[in-house]
Amino acid sequence: MTTTTLSTWAGGQSPFATGTKKLGMWLFVISDSLTFAALLVCYTYLRMASPAWPTPFPFFPSVVLASVMTLVLLSSSLTMVRAVEAMRAADSRAAVRWLLATLTAGLLFVGLHLGEWNSLFRAGVTPFRNPWDEPLFGATFFTLTGLHMLHVLAGMVYLAVMAAGVARGRYTLVEVEVSGLYWHFVDLVWMFIFPLVYLMSARL
Amino acid sequence: MTPASVNPAAASKGFFRRYVFSTDHKVIGIQYFFLALIAALAGVALSLLMRYHLTNPDTKVGWFGALWPDGAPGGVMTPELYLSLMTMHGTIMVFFVLTTAPQSGFGNFMLPLQIGAPDMAFPVLNMLSFWTTALSFVVLLAAFFVEGGAPLAGWTAYPPLSALGAITGPGQGLGQTLWIVSIAIFCAASLMGAINFITTVVDLRTRGMTLLRMPLTVWTWFLTAIISLLAFAVLLAGGILLLLDRGAGTSFYLPAGLLVNDQLLDRRGGSPLLWQHLFWFFGHPEVYIAILPGMGVVSTVLAVFSRKPVFGYRAMVYASLAIAFIGFLVWGHHMFQSGMNPYSAFAFSLLTMVIGVPSAIKTFNWLGTIWGGRIEFTTAMLFALGFVSVFVTGGLSGLFLGQSAIDIYFHDTYFVVGHFHIIMGVASVFGIFAATFYWFPKMFGRHLSEGLGKAHFYATFLGAYAIFMPMHFLGFAGNPRRYPDFTNFEFLADLIPLHKAISHAAYFTAAAQVLFLGNLIYSLWRGRPASANPWNATTLEWATASPPPEHNFEEGVPTVHHGPYEFSVPGAAKDFVMQHEPAESK
Repeated sequence: MTTTTLSTWAGGQSPFATGTKKLGMWLFVISDSLTFAALLVCYTYLRMASPAWPTPFPFFPSVVLASVMTLVLLSSSLTMVRAVEAMRAADSRAAVRWLLATLTAGLLFVGLHLGEWNSLFRAGVTPFRNPWDEPLFGATFFTLTGLHMLHVLAGMVYLAVMAAGVARGRYTLVEVEVSGLYWHFVDLVWMFIFPLVYLMSARL
Repeated sequence: MTPASVNPAAASKGFFRRYVFSTDHKVIGIQYFFLALIAALAGVALSLLMRYHLTNPDTKVGWFGALWPDGAPGGVMTPELYLSLMTMHGTIMVFFVLTTAPQSGFGNFMLPLQIGAPDMAFPVLNMLSFWTTALSFVVLLAAFFVEGGAPLAGWTAYPPLSALGAITGPGQGLGQTLWIVSIAIFCAASLMGAINFITTVVDLRTRGMTLLRMPLTVWTWFLTAIISLLAFAVLLAGGILLLLDRGAGTSFYLPAGLLVNDQLLDRRGGSPLLWQHLFWFFGHPEVYIAILPGMGVVSTVLAVFSRKPVFGYRAMVYASLAIAFIGFLVWGHHMFQSGMNPYSAFAFSLLTMVIGVPSAIKTFNWLGTIWGGRIEFTTAMLFALGFVSVFVTGGLSGLFLGQSAIDIYFHDTYFVVGHFHIIMGVASVFGIFAATFYWFPKMFGRHLSEGLGKAHFYATFLGAYAIFMPMHFLGFAGNPRRYPDFTNFEFLADLIPLHKAISHAAYFTAAAQVLFLGNLIYSLWRGRPASANPWNATTLEWATASPPPEHNFEEGVPTVHHGPYEFSVPGAAKDFVMQHEPAESK
């Protein structure tokens, strides 16, 4: 066992065959998850401190719609996995198709989400005002979902660049895998936001 | 990971690609070094203005009025201008000097050399992170030139003051916004740097460079990068919320019932404590970001100039790990006065005391390193010894402040100013100076003048103590900090002479820095040429030419056979064994 450890960390190679690109993305993910964690802690802190935090989301359409968004985003992780598998099988045409499918799911998610935002605006919910007289409800909601949506949009640009690069043969398995890491991370963040922001604010 | 793929711009020879938008870690390290030097000059200048105003609050200075028509009408500084100078001094010094020089400056130059790598893992990201830092500095300085001037809320930018806009003071409009934007950009730059440092250490160590053969400087840069990766991410979250409070009308940090200039604000629901938690979750680790690289430098320099191995190398590594970890658990000791639950204060007090243990291990190991050594008092060695001195002094006053009951008295007094300037400011700056004198030959191929260097050391060492020691006594006497003027308080009247002495010590110490600047400029062109290994040191940066060629090692990266500090090995032909020497020569 000692020899394994020694050769893993003895220098002259990447430990656990994790190259610089993949490690760099992992580090970014760690850092970014701290940013989201801090915002979620803020949300929890402010919500706990409020004597009457509103729970205004009706089962239909809000929770159903958010569930559909969750399903779309989760499915996009599956298509992302298929893209990586296609790259592994050296089938770059299939990889491009799966990357574009992932991108489309991202687009659908953002579209549904913006629709949701729009209906909230119409109902008078903004970052600083809402009908339930708890100004931070809108502030935390839009900050958390907004930052997440920015990450999805950035991911879509990233995937588009990847798809174009794979089609031209510029990118290999590693680059696609690394972009997958980012995309799965963005999904994972949503898996925290969905229950904490939507389900816990559902009117049941 | 072949060397050729590491530096894509290696072949380009144009001036801009070589010296301005360079991807060579050595050029970037030097760029960071000079950025920090410019920032340090700006920060020192601001502190001199503050010290001058404190002891001459009513004196008319013509050029104050010319420079700040609103801030110093008729040449007399307003309290608002004083506070803006204080804010900018703190921000510039903490972010652009103490965070930038030891980690990004020397770390960038030396880290790849010391682990035997041809460059950093992501050279383009490295360049980007320097220029992002430079942009952040420009945005911060821009605050001086906008409507209302620089912000007043201190380097900690506590809300509500920082969250409300121009209604709360002249610099609180666009100036404060620029401050937050600058810090957010700095967070992004630090993130890029941290990813680069960590990846480089994990993946690019040369053959034989096991973790426990890494020089302590590499360990401390590595751990500092990990701290940056985690701490700046949280500051970024805090900054986003502060920006939203200012720009989007949210009230994350704003409680109900705020009365500003006789106007009741329609904001409620939030808590200013929230910012303090987020800020100090970053802010306390930031102290270790500033000091850890200095600890690595001092460990190395003490060993080299005592001709002895670092005493307790492994203990040093574990102590650094412990400091990096516990450093994330003590942020509450900055908030004892914020109305926190006394039970939490007790927990934070206890953890703060615990962090003294690894710090003491380090101190005793430094003493163990020089004990019985053949000490050579070079300027680098003097600054390293000075570092140990101020680290102990500042650490002892930290023991007072870490206890919540005592801190409640001291917190808003000059005791705190004295404490953190000694431990965070002077200690880190001594680490920077030790690194400068030790590595200048490697970086520029010439020696700094030892004579000028020693004069500079003694003046700075005595000057720094003369400035900051009396502040502790001011604190005992109850002299509040952050006040722009003490002359109107009867109970402070007896302390004015002490303030005058501090101001004069500050002028003297600042003047002494001319010795360093002169030395630097003179030695860049006229210094004594340096050999590849002028100090007879053991680590890999001395295994290549001074200054090192592009890709660092002419004959390919070396293989490592030895630990980092094999000095005076019994039976060896000479009193040092370099890390890449074949194992037989031991």
